[in-house]
Amino acid sequence: MPLTTERVEERLRERFPDASVRRQTGEAVRDHTVYVPADRIAEIATFLRDDPELDFAMLSFVTAVDLLPRSPRFEVVYSLLSLSNNLRFTLKVVLNDENPRVPTVTGVWPTANWHEREAYDFFGIEFTGHPDLTRILLPDNWVGWPLRKDSPLGYQEVAFTHNTPNRVPPSPSLTKLKPKKVKYRAQ
Amino acid sequence: MTLNMGPQHPSTHGVLRVVLELDGETVLRAKPIIGYLHTGMEKQAEYKTYTQSIPQTDRMDYLSPMSNNLALCLAAERLLGIEAPPRAQAIRVLMTELTRISAHCVWLGTHALDIGAMTVFFLSWREREKVLSLYDHIAGARLTASFVRVGGLARDLPEGFLDRCQKFVDELPGHVDEYEKLLTKNPIWLGRTQGVALLTREDAIALGATGPTLRAAGVNWDLRKAQPYCGYETYEFDVPLGTKGDAYDRYTVRLQEIRQANRIARQAIQRLREMGEKGEYRLRDYKYVLPPKEEVKHSMEALIHHFKIVAHGFFPPVGESYAAVEAPKGELGFYFVSDGSPRPWRMKVRSPSFVNLQNLPTMIQGRLVADVITAIGSLDIVLGEIDR
Repeated sequence: MPLTTERVEERLRERFPDASVRRQTGEAVRDHTVYVPADRIAEIATFLRDDPELDFAMLSFVTAVDLLPRSPRFEVVYSLLSLSNNLRFTLKVVLNDENPRVPTVTGVWPTANWHEREAYDFFGIEFTGHPDLTRILLPDNWVGWPLRKDSPLGYQEVAFTHNTPNRVPPSPSLTKLKPKKVKYRAQ
Repeated sequence: MTLNMGPQHPSTHGVLRVVLELDGETVLRAKPIIGYLHTGMEKQAEYKTYTQSIPQTDRMDYLSPMSNNLALCLAAERLLGIEAPPRAQAIRVLMTELTRISAHCVWLGTHALDIGAMTVFFLSWREREKVLSLYDHIAGARLTASFVRVGGLARDLPEGFLDRCQKFVDELPGHVDEYEKLLTKNPIWLGRTQGVALLTREDAIALGATGPTLRAAGVNWDLRKAQPYCGYETYEFDVPLGTKGDAYDRYTVRLQEIRQANRIARQAIQRLREMGEKGEYRLRDYKYVLPPKEEVKHSMEALIHHFKIVAHGFFPPVGESYAAVEAPKGELGFYFVSDGSPRPWRMKVRSPSFVNLQNLPTMIQGRLVADVITAIGSLDIVLGEIDR
């Protein structure tokens, strides 16, 4: 019988009876997604990879989502792929607002290295135990976390603002210049 | 000695920088540094409708725009719970397989040029040029096609297009023989690629490699076979595999893939001929898909739908979806999180080059500097897709 995602969830519950494993419900959640506790992600990942029945040898991607008005706002998504069972399975962890941190899974799947660096680069999520947690796509001296929802899209200052409605007022040195007063004397 | 290779180096295929720690000519450690082409596409997508993001994807892997368009549209269609009509799917298959041929031709030419074989470059770019001219015919643009739409395609096949495709697929096998004649048994080519840039099966899986890089290591994994989309399960084709996982295996796998892609394209042309000159190239679900222009001119409802979709975009359900295609370089996937508004709350691009490039340090550790160039070339990376 081919492995189903329901069976994967069942195995997770059996193996980790004390951890909360909760399936994500929603109108259009197209992949089977379960929430697991953030502090146990490495342990759960190792189990999913090494169990001969499940065999999630490949990690497709890791990413983060910022759900800002909601608190806790950050979620980290792990998309797993089992080549032998031809099955995808998605894990999610929820992180708190002030100090989003989660243990790294680079020890389980080395491919997580760059994915986690990307999530750190974009969202400022700290992956504890990561061998090289530095910015990957943005320059090292970049300030802020651009894919957070409270970070603006940004734009470049334009050189000419003549036609824009709230244009920059002319510089003070220009306004100080006043026309010379000319006195006309009566004859 | 520490050597800085790139970001302006002709054999890094764009703006890749690799910091090499050397002992004489041997590479002790290598660290790829990326991000020089980062344009924040994922952030920008949050401010655009799903359809408006399609032209962005052309600029990711600019050698295979149709595959990128298709991946985005499939993820959006999966979110909406719709499927494109059979004619649109056949055209999608035809166009993505032509894209695969053209992308592999570019790879072959540049890879051979890096290693010092110049003739192949001129020959393989000739075939690429023909595909670009087919792009021009069907989409009106040679590079930035933006041809696939959510729920179908931008337009139907133009007149005479299938005949031109037929001519192309008939001529192609002879041209691939020409490339093979120049390289496959060429002693210099063998010396530069055999046993070079080895990537074992275990390393490839652990490092998440996909596409020809994974298959050259002997793993039989092709999304077109494993998780078929656009009706790939109804086409006949083989998945070429390598044995050792060296640069030569990646060369043979890609060359075989050109032949297989040609085979699929031939079947798609046959299928489209049976479907007739014109047909349903877009879904008639006007909540999500633009009505045909002719209808907009006559029907008030169509005009309203047209206006609503152009002004707002479509409203997907709240949820999330991930869909992946077998792009020329590997698994290209889009992950959408939707809050029910016409703009995605989050768009994540799982680009194959980004993940495949992570294999580079493993491939070149302990090897010579000259092999670094072979390794980068054999990975087939496009920096536009890595940096996004």
